[in-house]
Amino acid sequence: MVESRLTRALLRLGAGFTLFFIYFPLIVIALYAFNGNVTQRWPIEDWSTKWFPVAFENQGVRDALKHSVMAGLGATAIALVLGTLASTAISRYRFFGREIVTFAVILPIALPGIVTGLALQATIKDVLGPFGVKFGLATIVIGHATFCVVVVYNNVLARLRRTSGSLDEASADLGADNWQTFRYVMFPQMRTALLAGGLLAFALSFDEIIVTIFTSGAIQTLPIWMYATLFRPTELPIVNVVALFVILVSIIPVYFAQKLAGDTGVAGSTAQAAPAATQEDATP
Amino acid sequence: MTSVSIAEPPPRPGPGRRLSTFFFRHPRVRLWTLLALPVLWLGVVYIGSLLVLLLSAFWTADPFTAKLVHEFTLDNFRRVIETPVYRDVAFRTIRMAALVTLACAVLAFPLAYYMARIASTRTRNLLVVAVLMPLWGSYLVKAYAWRTILSGEGAINWALGPFGVSFNGFSNTGLWLVFTYLWLPFMVLPIYAGLERIPQSLLEASSDLGGRSVRTFFRVTLPLVFPAVVAGSIFTFSLTLGDYIAPTLISSDQFIGTVIYREYGTALPFAAAYAMVPIVVIVAYLLVARKLKAFESL
Amino acid sequence: MRVNRRAAVLVALGLLVAALAVVAAGCGGGDDGGDVSTELEGLGTSLEEIQDLARQEGEVNLIQWPGYSVLTDEFTSATGCKVNTKDGASSDDMIALLQSGAYDGGSFSGNASVRLMTTGDVAPVNTEFITNFADIQEGIQGQDYNSLDGQPYGVPHGRGPNYLMFRTDQVPEDTDTWGVIWEDDQLAKYKGKISIYDDSIFIADAALYLMATQPDLGIEDPYQLSQEQFDAAVALLKKQAPFVGEYWPGDVVKQIQSYTNGDSVVGTTWPYQYLALTKENVPVAGIKPREGTTGWSDTWMISSNAGNPNCMYLWMDHMASPEAQAVVAEGFGEAPVNLKACDLTTNPNHCEDFHADDESWWEDVYYWTTPAQDCNDDDDSTTCMTQADWKAAWTEIRG
Repeated sequence: MVESRLTRALLRLGAGFTLFFIYFPLIVIALYAFNGNVTQRWPIEDWSTKWFPVAFENQGVRDALKHSVMAGLGATAIALVLGTLASTAISRYRFFGREIVTFAVILPIALPGIVTGLALQATIKDVLGPFGVKFGLATIVIGHATFCVVVVYNNVLARLRRTSGSLDEASADLGADNWQTFRYVMFPQMRTALLAGGLLAFALSFDEIIVTIFTSGAIQTLPIWMYATLFRPTELPIVNVVALFVILVSIIPVYFAQKLAGDTGVAGSTAQAAPAATQEDATP
Repeated sequence: MTSVSIAEPPPRPGPGRRLSTFFFRHPRVRLWTLLALPVLWLGVVYIGSLLVLLLSAFWTADPFTAKLVHEFTLDNFRRVIETPVYRDVAFRTIRMAALVTLACAVLAFPLAYYMARIASTRTRNLLVVAVLMPLWGSYLVKAYAWRTILSGEGAINWALGPFGVSFNGFSNTGLWLVFTYLWLPFMVLPIYAGLERIPQSLLEASSDLGGRSVRTFFRVTLPLVFPAVVAGSIFTFSLTLGDYIAPTLISSDQFIGTVIYREYGTALPFAAAYAMVPIVVIVAYLLVARKLKAFESL
Repeated sequence: MRVNRRAAVLVALGLLVAALAVVAAGCGGGDDGGDVSTELEGLGTSLEEIQDLARQEGEVNLIQWPGYSVLTDEFTSATGCKVNTKDGASSDDMIALLQSGAYDGGSFSGNASVRLMTTGDVAPVNTEFITNFADIQEGIQGQDYNSLDGQPYGVPHGRGPNYLMFRTDQVPEDTDTWGVIWEDDQLAKYKGKISIYDDSIFIADAALYLMATQPDLGIEDPYQLSQEQFDAAVALLKKQAPFVGEYWPGDVVKQIQSYTNGDSVVGTTWPYQYLALTKENVPVAGIKPREGTTGWSDTWMISSNAGNPNCMYLWMDHMASPEAQAVVAEGFGEAPVNLKACDLTTNPNHCEDFHADDESWWEDVYYWTTPAQDCNDDDDSTTCMTQADWKAAWTEIRG
């Protein structure tokens, strides 16, 4: 062992502190969902579950949830198609412009959300507007799909790199056409990667706020609803319940995605962990 | 049937098979069939939009009606460069991004080190998930949670109360705390991956050669893991640079994001010009990061 | 690598050309505001037809000030129009939202409505279809923030003052001057505990104070300022800035919290926060100081691109009804403009408290309006600072 006993104790302490720091706010906000009072005062004195039915019966919340799910499904579907196509091309071919494609896939998450959002809004309003394009669910889906592609792309690419192109060739040699090769050879190999990528893409879309603010028009998604409502003092209890709900909805897919993608053990999950980090920064 | 048939002609291939043959003979066509949609989407929809934004930075908006005036001008860029306040705001934001990055690195290191080198395999896997889950958890919810914690009647002031201290959370110190929190997982994961790549034998060799653990850490571990820290810093830095929601919720100072947001509605050209500031800073940062071999650690 | 870079440049150039072409194509067709016809695409030609068409539309998308819309359930069940609202933090914010084309209309203050009427983003209204319009106070009808050349562009909603608000346990209870947030000795006393609205329109509050204290500057209208007057107001604000504890960008929750726990003790506010604080028994006073104050008189206006014009007409009528007026006036803390509402408020004195029928009280309340280059007057020799100047200056003041 390289580390001394003291070092190890200190590291354990430091790690524990950081972990506490990571979970403390989530726990606090989860507790506030059970706060019976309208005012947000710590510590909570009046424990109650009375805001849960109020929140779930709130029409604004229901509409926003519906829009969030629709936008998430739409964006995920597009991201799955585009991400699979791009990752297949990148992993199986060397070609002129390959680096540009890689770069273009990553760019939407490398730039701040406000830049992406502003760019999309300017285009939709000033370039497409005169052709009758309006802000709405479709423009939200377009915006989300743009930065969700990279999540699917990274997951599928990591999987394809671990599998061999010679299997596809063997399939072709045995008389399968392209579709059959994809359906019976490639798809089973990348199935879990697709599922993991899809889950993450959905979680990403479900949470996104900045790009959505610029592309949503009058449509409210759950984060947009929250961002508007948290400025209204009397509705904060409902916001707290929705916040708890959003945490659960975004965390559960990640847990399963991690299980699916981490099917090669520790090494796999590490390899997964780092690219997952690269994928993320679209959320802010 | 006069001539002798040598063999049955092969069955006429189906359309799918014929298409496959065509693609096999023309790998270029096959490649671009695969790429057409992604390239169209990202190239036209996304990069095209960025160019529209860049282009609009060269126009002006009517000061009264806020409508775009399509006349080429460099005034917006001139205003960004020449007006001291925009420089001050940019520097304040960059300083915040640097401080956040520093705090993230300091907080992330013990956890990453513990995960990579001390925890059992089982604990390690659990911790990876434990760090990943909040990373994907809603950004807005996290920022909102801090707003309730930092408020005058929130948990922090409650905890400080007995000591007779009060902390004004809605300040740049509070914002620094919130940013550090928001981006911390982005720092933990690359450092963890970087530490895990260091062969145990290397550290043992250093130890065998008489390197005390502190020495081993500074002379062997840290240099090897540095690119991973830089990789993590790309996120902590660039995410802080462009954010405007956390500053709106927590601080009342101006940052690059809040200025862009204030301007975009009625002065899109100027907002677009100012948006070039974070873009340039981030591109410069990426170039430096590449020099430091950080991309291999992403 | 070399090849790649060249390729990248080529691709970028190609896309640039494409984008330029598309933009150029999109540049045609300007707007043609100033049309006095109240016809609107898709709008019914009689009240009955509007009611029928509204049922088909089924929804209305509104931009409003935080805390404004009320009785939406009753409205929805009566008309079949579901109400979707979006809160704007400032007038600029609201203009941007309306110009996105996604909304049917909104409640605009003068610093938005004047611009929107000029650009033609909002449409003139046919008051025949708005049965409650006749009950609107006459003094409010036909003002330059809700009408253009005598043609109404919407339905007045209500008016209110921006208050000076202070904690009575920290600031002398008999304070009756804005000097408490402008004068050196006062600033020093409340350093770090001053709360200011975060928008360029607040420059008018500085101008208003100069109007009373430095008459030789000759300020007549705090929104139409010459360069010299403007510079004086900006200098006053810059002097104040280091002493300000918080700028609240329409974020009423933050301001309520900061007054509750004493982080802020004096500043400018909307009656909404003042009422919320008194309800929580926080010792605060909200007053119109002796110099007068700024304020707003808001108007519900319909977008000229409204996708649901019929629902929007019914909504404008609804908001002018005594019932809705009573609830919103009490909810937000403002004076209703349909005085029939005064019999319906839960606090029977609400209309008196907010001086709904007392024109003389409003004489020194300057409603928000848009700074204009021509000073909004007929005198060609004067020029004033524009909205863009105000905004740029505000960013500088904030530092």
